[in-house]
Amino acid sequence: MAELATNQPIEEIKNDPRVPPELNNNVFITTLDKLYNWGRKRSMWPMLFGLACCAIEMICTAASRHDLARFGWELMRPSPRQADLMIVSGTVTKKMVPQIVRLYNQMPEPRYVIAMGACATSGGPFKEGYNVVSGIDKFLPVDVYIPGCPPRPEALLHGFTKLQEKIEKQSLRSVSWYRKGEATVVPVPVLGPDLIDLRRSQEIVARALAPQTAPAASAEPTA
Amino acid sequence: MAETTPAAATPTPTKPAPKAAPAAKHTDKKPAGTLATLTPEMMVVQQHFGEALIQPAPYEGFLVTDPAKVRDVALFLRDELGFETLSNQTAVDYLAENAIEIVYHVSHIQGGKPLCFKTRIPRDESVAVPSLTPVYPGAEFQEREIYDLYGARFSDHPDLRRILMWEGFNGWPMRRDWKEAYYEGDTKPFDSRWPGGNHKLAEERVPWADNINLPPGFDPATYVANPDGNIYESMLEGGNGHDLEVPPLDTGADAVIGSSSGLKTDQIIVNMGPQHPSTHGVLRMVVRIDGETITDLKLVLGYLHRNHEKIGERNTWLHNIPYTDRLDYICGMANEMGYVIGVERMMGIKPTERAEYLRVIMAELTRIQSHFWAIGFLLNDLGAFYTPALYFITERDLIIDLFESVTGSRMMCNYMRFGGVARDFTPEQLARARELVFERIPRAIDELERLLSDNEIIKARTIGVGYMSAERSIAYSLTGPCLRAVGVPYDIRRADPYSIYDRFDFDIPVLYGGDVYDRYRIRVLEMRQSLRILEQALNQIDQTPAGDIQAGKKAYNHRVPAGQTYARVETPKGELGFYLVSDGGQNPYRYHVRSSSFINLTSMREMTIGQKVADAVVILGSLDIVLGEVDR
Ligand code: SF4
Repeated sequence: MAELATNQPIEEIKNDPRVPPELNNNVFITTLDKLYNWGRKRSMWPMLFGLACCAIEMICTAASRHDLARFGWELMRPSPRQADLMIVSGTVTKKMVPQIVRLYNQMPEPRYVIAMGACATSGGPFKEGYNVVSGIDKFLPVDVYIPGCPPRPEALLHGFTKLQEKIEKQSLRSVSWYRKGEATVVPVPVLGPDLIDLRRSQEIVARALAPQTAPAASAEPTA
Repeated sequence: MAETTPAAATPTPTKPAPKAAPAAKHTDKKPAGTLATLTPEMMVVQQHFGEALIQPAPYEGFLVTDPAKVRDVALFLRDELGFETLSNQTAVDYLAENAIEIVYHVSHIQGGKPLCFKTRIPRDESVAVPSLTPVYPGAEFQEREIYDLYGARFSDHPDLRRILMWEGFNGWPMRRDWKEAYYEGDTKPFDSRWPGGNHKLAEERVPWADNINLPPGFDPATYVANPDGNIYESMLEGGNGHDLEVPPLDTGADAVIGSSSGLKTDQIIVNMGPQHPSTHGVLRMVVRIDGETITDLKLVLGYLHRNHEKIGERNTWLHNIPYTDRLDYICGMANEMGYVIGVERMMGIKPTERAEYLRVIMAELTRIQSHFWAIGFLLNDLGAFYTPALYFITERDLIIDLFESVTGSRMMCNYMRFGGVARDFTPEQLARARELVFERIPRAIDELERLLSDNEIIKARTIGVGYMSAERSIAYSLTGPCLRAVGVPYDIRRADPYSIYDRFDFDIPVLYGGDVYDRYRIRVLEMRQSLRILEQALNQIDQTPAGDIQAGKKAYNHRVPAGQTYARVETPKGELGFYLVSDGGQNPYRYHVRSSSFINLTSMREMTIGQKVADAVVILGSLDIVLGEVDR
């Protein structure tokens, strides 16, 4: 017996003897990708995770007026293991970034990152601060950037819909989390004399071995 | 005490100095100025200790010439002159004079101006200052902060570790000659940000192409990172911070705590945070627990340390106003008010009448919405997850909408200016404010009380929890609603009046329970008092001419005469102080924020020991901290 196929005219499928008559009007045909993405994009579980002022606007977005639940995103999980979206809502400091990276590594795939606000995007008003990381994208892959200081709840909702659009375009065939091999793990930075990004350790070693050629650091440590 | 003296004669370059000679720029700055006249109280101190030890300091307060005697002076001030509480302690780096000055402000709890005294140590870390923690336990975190940022050491401090940065960080970042990785100049605007000029990314200018600065020759292979220092070891040993006896772990394990069945229990050390739903942001608590009972607790701060003060000293005076919004980001305009009042005092200007009313209206609306938020999230911590908070966020949103329509932003209002405010209320906005104040908010508060005040579960969970006595609260420099909940009517609006608060008829509510329940109820009472102030202000504002919101001309570039001031206001969280030092230039020489959230946390350890873990969460909620202000 022939399989039902998506390229068959819908009338033919409806009238196929294998489809019971009471379901005749309830048949629809789609691709697996669409069905998969349709479900995923409407049931994101963001991580309950706030960093700074932007987190207040994130809470307001989740509250009754803006009501994140309309989009099926309201289930904030405090544990990274149950979350698939990290909203970096606030200033990323050097002292905090090891924990953020660790949280990201603990999130299961598929996982997404939204950089909410100027600070998470680039360091924002505090960029030149000695304890501030110039944007979370120095460490994590960011899917959506939301400008603003802080972004209004509407802006955050807009960011969510942008992420939904992005999810819609993903295909089961190419997504990384069904591929073979290890999941990507971002090395957790180390707090030394300053923040040490382990991905750059070769460069750091090279400079240590050639101290004369290294450009003099603009700060003269006093201790 | 906050008088300003006109610029003595310390001109500073208006333009950022050429980058080639930044060192020369620093030595230009020499904010030594006219000496303060001693107040009668200071005379008493001088008579007691002699003129060799007590000398008038530049601009404000007196100088204790021998740092080793600071504790004696403090003890005298506390016990003989009745300055019971240490309001503020900070440091200033006088590079040109090779000295680090430690500045103390102490206050009478009955009110009045704070008394300022200072001492100086050389910058080479050869001299330690006696810690004031035995006299004022509230000095604990402040001294750690000074150690962390300036490298000044304090002898006999119970726990002198870095507090905002991590152990092992290179250098003392707040010193004048310490430069951040992206350093470009001493004053803004920086060349690279000049419109029409080259917009070079900061990353393109710096050696590591990032905001880091590793010392030359640093080898990661041999480096052992230990950012937490010895925090776990110190918790195993127990410890004696101030007169608080915490037994070491061994004896604690033998003593059966919190178990009525006579079972022997083990103690463990657990980390809560910095990512934890109950810690109100990125706070980390390290707790030693015996079963459910907390036997010791230490806080790890700094996860939101955004270098507010360092950036503030690069900014121009005007630049700093929007930054103050981001201190305690729930109540931006209350912070702005403290800062502009401080700068106005130094400049010797006064805002117009209408601007004063607008400021008070904004500050009191801010207090109401902040208390709504605090109560909502206290209930969250109690386990009433989100339902009460949703009610109060709805009300808060209405106030925020008014803020937005007047100032253009929901939270970061950037509304106040030196000598006035940025925009006037339109008649419609005034009508909206009246509708909120006379109709909507009182009913919302009634509803809040009906919902919560007599709730049996809330009472069971909060009465008697997190108690702290009045004496200890004062010693810990606790301020704000938490202090008034133990029966101390200390409110800067009355204790050291500012703006036009002396015109209004309102009470400072006090309660005597000193527990979480009273800290909740005092906030409700304060909201009602704020409504009283608002009603009067909204009635009186019509007598002022509309549109008259700025004294003098609007200016972008302010020169503040050389001087110092400590300006403080009562924000919803407590006493917010700004210690400002000007050298006559266009940016602050020193910009220190005395934040109540930060100092209130000092008492957290004593409040939680002996309580259950779940109660620690509630106690933290009742202190109502905002991490932006804690870590700055
Ligand atoms: S972008 Fe603005 S509002 Fe958001 S965390 Fe940074 S300073 Fe705060």
